[in-house]
Amino acid sequence: MITLTSLTKRYGSFTAVNGVDLTIRKGELFGFLGPNGAGKTTTFRMIAGIILPTSGRIEIGGIDLGRQPLVAKRRLGYIPDRPFVYDKITGAEFLRFVAALYGAHDPSLERRIDELLDLFELVPWKNQLTESYSHGMRQKLIIASAFVHRPEVIVVDEPMVGLDPKGARLLKDLFRQYVNRGGTVLMSTHTLEVAEGMCDRIAIMQGGRILARGTMAELREQTASGASSLEDLFLRLTGGFRDHQLDSILGG
Amino acid sequence: MALRKFRGPGLWIVLGPKWQAARARLREQHAGAGPRMVLLALLAVGFWSGVFGIVYRVLRYFRGVADIGDLLSAKLLGLALLAFSSILLLSNVITALSSFFLAKDLDLLAASPVHSIRFYLAKLVETTLHSSWMVALLAVPLFAAYGIVYGGGPLWPLVVVAAFIPFLVLPAVVGSALTLLLVNVVPARRAKELLSLIVIGAIGTLALLLRLAQPERLIRPEGFRSLADFVAMLQAPTNPLLPSEWAMRMLMNWLLRVADPWPVVALWGTAAVALVVGGILFRWLYRHAFSKAQEGAPPAGGGRRLAAVLGTLLRGLPAERREFILKDTRLFFRDATQWSQLILLGVLLVVYLFNIQALPLFSGDRVPTPVVTLVAFLNLGLAGFVLAAIAARFLFPSVSLEGRQMWLLRSSPLDLRSMLWSKYWIGTVPLLILALAITLITNAILRASPFITVVSAGTMVLFTLAASALALSFGAFYPRFDTENAAQIPTSFGGLVYMMTSVILLALVIMLEAPAVATRIQAEQAGTTVVWGVGLLGPLVAAVVLCIAATLLPLRLALARMERLEF
Repeated sequence: MITLTSLTKRYGSFTAVNGVDLTIRKGELFGFLGPNGAGKTTTFRMIAGIILPTSGRIEIGGIDLGRQPLVAKRRLGYIPDRPFVYDKITGAEFLRFVAALYGAHDPSLERRIDELLDLFELVPWKNQLTESYSHGMRQKLIIASAFVHRPEVIVVDEPMVGLDPKGARLLKDLFRQYVNRGGTVLMSTHTLEVAEGMCDRIAIMQGGRILARGTMAELREQTASGASSLEDLFLRLTGGFRDHQLDSILGG
Repeated sequence: MALRKFRGPGLWIVLGPKWQAARARLREQHAGAGPRMVLLALLAVGFWSGVFGIVYRVLRYFRGVADIGDLLSAKLLGLALLAFSSILLLSNVITALSSFFLAKDLDLLAASPVHSIRFYLAKLVETTLHSSWMVALLAVPLFAAYGIVYGGGPLWPLVVVAAFIPFLVLPAVVGSALTLLLVNVVPARRAKELLSLIVIGAIGTLALLLRLAQPERLIRPEGFRSLADFVAMLQAPTNPLLPSEWAMRMLMNWLLRVADPWPVVALWGTAAVALVVGGILFRWLYRHAFSKAQEGAPPAGGGRRLAAVLGTLLRGLPAERREFILKDTRLFFRDATQWSQLILLGVLLVVYLFNIQALPLFSGDRVPTPVVTLVAFLNLGLAGFVLAAIAARFLFPSVSLEGRQMWLLRSSPLDLRSMLWSKYWIGTVPLLILALAITLITNAILRASPFITVVSAGTMVLFTLAASALALSFGAFYPRFDTENAAQIPTSFGGLVYMMTSVILLALVIMLEAPAVATRIQAEQAGTTVVWGVGLLGPLVAAVVLCIAATLLPLRLALARMERLEF
C-alpha cells in the first residue's frame, strides 16, 4: 500500500533520511521506532506530501506521490505529532472543512461527523471553538479528522501523546479494527509496549537508515539476541545510556 | 470515489476556516463590546474626520486655483497612491512570507489534495487582506474628500472600489512572487532570516519610488523657468508605468468627466496578467520552496557581545531583572524579523533627514525667519509621528512575543511590574536617544533658534516617554500570542488603535504648545519681550501633565490587564 524506494532527504550537508526502501502491505499495522532525531518525522512528512524528498520515490496504493500528488494524498489520512487546529472554528466546522478538503461531500457526512465526535467523546464540545479544547481533545479531533474522508491509509506520528488511558485504548482498538477491515496504518511511537502489542511489523530507524525490520520474531532473529522484550531489542540496536551518566546528573 | 476525476477542493473551501474564524472573532468582539467599542469608534471617527478635513480643505483650495488646480489635485492623489503602493509592497512581502511559508495551517493544507492554483489564490487572498486593510481604511477619508469636492456622484464609491481592487492585488502578487523567488534562491531554511533580505529589497524600491515622485518639485515652482514648465511637469505622469498612476488617472478621469479607457485597461489588464504569471510561478516553484523552508534551524549567534556589554552595565540590577533584559536583547538580535527592522528604520531616518534638508528654506528667495521657526516647530509633528511608528514596531509587539513563554514568567518569582518596566526601559532608552538625535539634527539643519530647540527637545523627550508607554500598554491590551511573525504584530487592529491614539496625543501636545511658540515668534519679530502669564504657561504645563499622564496611566492599566490575562 505504501512503497518507499531509495527515499532520501538531505538538509545541506546533513542527511536526515538516507536511502530508505520499505513496503507496507495493505491491511497491515506497521510501526516505526527510533530515537529522537532518527528521521521518522521527516519520513512521515515526505509520505504526507508536506516536504519533498531529495531523491527517491513514494507510492501510495500504486500512485506516485510526486507525479499525481492530489490523487495520492486523497487516499491518505495524516495525523501529525504536533496537532494544529484553527483556533477560532468549532470542532464540527473543522471536521466539515477537512472533509471538504478531501472531497468527501456525500450526504452522510453530517452523520459521520457526529459518529466520529461521539466516538472520541467530543459531542459536548461539538459547537465550541477549538481554542477552548485541551491538548488531548485537540489530538482526538485531529485523529477524527484523519478518518472523516474514509482514507485507505493512515500515517500517524506519535498518536498517544496527550491522550488519557481511555483515549489511548480507544485509538488502539480503532487502528486494529481499521486494519482488520482492509485499512493500512503506518505509525511512529516511542511507547515500545504499544508497538509490541499493536504492530504487525516494526522498523527500527536510526541516523536516517532502517537498522532492522520485521515481526518481533524476525527482529529477534536479525539481531541474533535472546532479548525477550522490544525495549531490550531497541536499546541493543540503538545504544543506551551509561550508569555513570546517571550518577553524574543525580550527584550519586 | 472517482479518484482520477478529483480536482481538489474549491477556493471557498480552502478559505473556509479563515472567514469562519473572522466571524467568530467578530462575535466575540460584539459580546465584549461596550465602552471599549465606543472608545474605538470615537478614535476612528476622530482620525477619519481629521484626515478628511485636511484633504477636503486642500482640495477646496486647489479647486480655486485657476488652470493648475485640477492638476495639483491629481498630483496629490498620485502621490498618496504612490505612498500607498510602497507601504503595500513592503507589507505584502512581510505578510506573504508568513502566509505562504510560516503559517501553522500550511502542513494541513500541504498534506491535503488542494490544487496548486487554488492553494495560491487562497493564500493570495489571505495575504492581500492582511496587508491591505489598514491602507484601505486610511484611503476612505481621502477618497471621500475627492468625491465630495469634485462631485463624484452616487457611483463614485463603486469607481473607487473598481480602481482599488487591482491596485491592491498587484502589490500582493508582486510581493508574493518576490518572496517565492527569494525562498527558492537561498540555499537552506531561514525563511525568517530571509525577511531581512526582503525588507532591504522593499526599502530599495520604496526609496526609488520616492525619488521617482520628486515631491519637492511640487512646492518649488520658482525652480522652473516658466509657469508653462511647471504646468508641463504637473501634466506629465509621475511615472507612466506605475499602477498608482493608472489608478489616479482612472479616478481623476471619472471626477473630471474625461472618457479615457486606457487607465482602466492598464490597471485591470496588468492585474490579470500578474495574477496569471504569479500562479504559474507558484506552480513551478512553491512545492520546492515550501519544502526548502522546512529545513534545519538557523545557527544561534547574534547579540552576544552586546549582551555581554549590557550585562556589565546592568550589574547593579537584581539578577532576575538583569537576566530578563539580557534575554530580550538576545532574542531581538537573534530574530531576523525583529532586527531587520533596524535597517528599515535607518533608511527611513535618512530619507526623513534628507527631506528636511531638501526643504526650500535657504535657497532661492529668502524665507522670513518666523516661517523657518514655524517649520522647525511643526517638524515636531513629523518627528513625533516617526517616533510613534518606531515604538509601534519595537515596543508594541513586546508583550505578544512573550506569549508562549508566559507560563515560565508567571511561574517564576519575577513580578509582572518588574517585567513591564524592564520592557519599557529596554525600548524607551534607545528611542529617547533617537528622539534627541532627530530633534537636534533637524533643528541644526533648519537653523532653529535656541528657544525652539529647547522646546522641541523637551517635547520630544516627554512625547517619547508617553508614546513608548502607550505602545507597550496597547500591546498588552491587544496581544497577538498566536502570530508567526513579529513584523505582523504592529499591523494588527491594536497597532492601528495605538497609532491613532499617539497621533491624537501628539496633535494635542502641539496645539497646547502653539500659543506660547506663536507669541514668542511674534515677540521676536517685533523686538519685544514675552510676558509669561497663565495664558501662555498654563497650556505648556498642561502639555507636560498630559505627557506624564499618558506615560503612567497606560502602564498602570497594562499591568492590571496583564495580571488578569490567562495563558
